[in-house]
Amino acid sequence: MPRDPRWYQLASLATLLLWGLVGLSFEVTSLQAVLTISAALATQWACTRVWRLPTFEWKSALITSFSLCLLLRTDTPWFAAFAAFLAMASKFVVRVRGKHLFNPANLAVVVGLLSGRAWVSAGQWGNTALLAFFLAGLGTLVVTRSARSDVTIAFFLSWAALHLGRAWWLGDPLTIPLHRFQSGALLLFGFFMISDPKTTPDHPVARVLYACIVAYVGFSIQFLHFRTNGLMWALVVCVPLVPLFDLFFRARRFEWSAPSRPWSLA
Amino acid sequence: MKIRVLPGVLALLAAPAASAFCGFYVAQADASLFNQASQVVLVRHGDDTTMTMANDYRGSLSEFAVVIPVPVAVTREQVKVADKAMIDRLDAYSAPRLTEYFDPDPCPDPRDLMRVYKSEQRAMTVEDDEGMAAPSSRSLGVRVLDAYTVGEYDIVILSATQSSGLETWLTQNGYRIPANAGPILGSYIKQNMKFFVAKVNLREQAKTAQPYLRPLRISYSSPKFMLPIRLGMVNADGPQDLLVYALTERGRVETTNYRTTKLPTQESVPEFVKEDFGTFYKAMFAQQVKDEGMETVFTEYAWPLTLQCDPCSADPITGDELRALGVSWAAPDQYGYGQQPAYLTRLHLRYDLAHFPEDLTFQETADTGTWQAIYPIHHAFTGDTSCPAGRTYETELARRQQLEVQTLVSLTGWSRSWAQSRIPRRPGAVPPPPDNGGGGFWDWWK
Repeated sequence: MPRDPRWYQLASLATLLLWGLVGLSFEVTSLQAVLTISAALATQWACTRVWRLPTFEWKSALITSFSLCLLLRTDTPWFAAFAAFLAMASKFVVRVRGKHLFNPANLAVVVGLLSGRAWVSAGQWGNTALLAFFLAGLGTLVVTRSARSDVTIAFFLSWAALHLGRAWWLGDPLTIPLHRFQSGALLLFGFFMISDPKTTPDHPVARVLYACIVAYVGFSIQFLHFRTNGLMWALVVCVPLVPLFDLFFRARRFEWSAPSRPWSLA
Repeated sequence: MKIRVLPGVLALLAAPAASAFCGFYVAQADASLFNQASQVVLVRHGDDTTMTMANDYRGSLSEFAVVIPVPVAVTREQVKVADKAMIDRLDAYSAPRLTEYFDPDPCPDPRDLMRVYKSEQRAMTVEDDEGMAAPSSRSLGVRVLDAYTVGEYDIVILSATQSSGLETWLTQNGYRIPANAGPILGSYIKQNMKFFVAKVNLREQAKTAQPYLRPLRISYSSPKFMLPIRLGMVNADGPQDLLVYALTERGRVETTNYRTTKLPTQESVPEFVKEDFGTFYKAMFAQQVKDEGMETVFTEYAWPLTLQCDPCSADPITGDELRALGVSWAAPDQYGYGQQPAYLTRLHLRYDLAHFPEDLTFQETADTGTWQAIYPIHHAFTGDTSCPAGRTYETELARRQQLEVQTLVSLTGWSRSWAQSRIPRRPGAVPPPPDNGGGGFWDWWK
């Protein structure tokens, strides 16, 4: 078994992307996919050279570009490339105490939404339970391997509590929160985005708190302020909390794989 | 190749009786009420929404009543009656359509070679076959926020603190509430929604000299970009159809809490489909709904009005028409047709409580592309094909017709042998390949 969990993440995301393109007719042109992947790899490579890093982390660039292909929709191909560039560059530029702040794909998606040139089709996965289980299975594998299952579990529990609580308060049938849980976009966020070990607090207690806060902020954006893509906004908004948590809750920083590697940029 | 565009305005929604997507009709007598199909125009600009609901209620006018949850209280100035013709125009303009192509003569007379084929355009229009008092409100927790008459409608805007009070109020005022509507009303009350309640004012209705009810147009400002469909399912008799015509400033509209997908398009179908395009389309839509497990909202049309329709199934929508529907930013018409700064999305869904448990929420995307549901038919050349090129044409034609039958069968689920029998025999034609019933997998070797 490979030690680097990113292999599993890559395989999962590639499978999901393939399924999305073939089975669910995602509106991603091959040009957009090629531009996204090339721009991400090129930016990662260039930044590795500029910052004189020992390793070219192509796996991380590929993971981000797959996430962007899954999430970001645009009818401007150059914007797809720009988003990928922005995502990768942010890892090298926006850093606090040697740790990058934003989840690269999340930042690119939010910039896309703000620019008005891109959108996220949250409903594109449909709501089939089968799909949910499939995603969950793949995601669990990734989370287990990257040792960040606490964030994912805390996030899903608080998200479920918020929805079930709301349904109970409104007197809505259980089918409504269940329908919302069976969303591919939600599972993708929980398993592959918020769980990013490089952009979550180092301490497990801080991570659980952080996940609960992101869930609440996302929920309130979506259901109290009635804006779409609540979780995407929430993750970006909550970014300043991570260095704060790291300041108060000290713990060993996460490294992707080889302990011998001095440091890496995921 | 001679091309003729034959847009078919689809007689899609058969609504035998009343329909209400977002409210429910509440009868004051035992009238049979059904919810089958509805049409709504949603204009969204920033946080401003204008919603125009087609009313195809066919029952007694004195029994008509509708309850619609709205995000905010709606004032008299924000309610208007619209012209049903406006919705019919949007329907005609955005309907799925047929395009006709005519095969050229495979054995042309050399003298005719210089002839220029002119394309002609013709629209085939098919008619859609498809409608107080306040006693002791305070004790019931119901507040009458406003009451006014607009056109033929007496309208009351209510807020409530509990569903039982609202139910009692509605019952006391002559509205018959379905038994299980209470929890849904309660949910809307807690979400701070208000209730738009309308009855027909028979005296005002008589003045309109129209036998039918005109659409209601409601405007409000709220971040909620949604359509309440839950109440409409309470007294629904089976699945219902809903057509949403969304008009936005920039891009395509899609649902955020249900999958939005595009229907199959640009699929060539046999010539005979022209005879009853409506039946074909209904069958195809039913098949797609089945294939998607009835959990999907289908896009039928998505096109910027800054661009000319291609092909046009109706005259382009004018600025005046758009303004009448609530598109406040529509341009003056002197710039000519096809220059309106708006985007039209036509969504179609078939829904019931089991598959669509929650209200529809929408977003305007940055997608400014053009897409339409279009089905070409190719008319075979009917003249003499006895020359060598003509015989080749006949062979190709037989193969093409087989493919078209195959497409038709996969789109509609119709019987292959029936579709096959509808293809006219051609004198001296090459016999069609044998029907192995397997969908032509082995056709590749030919």
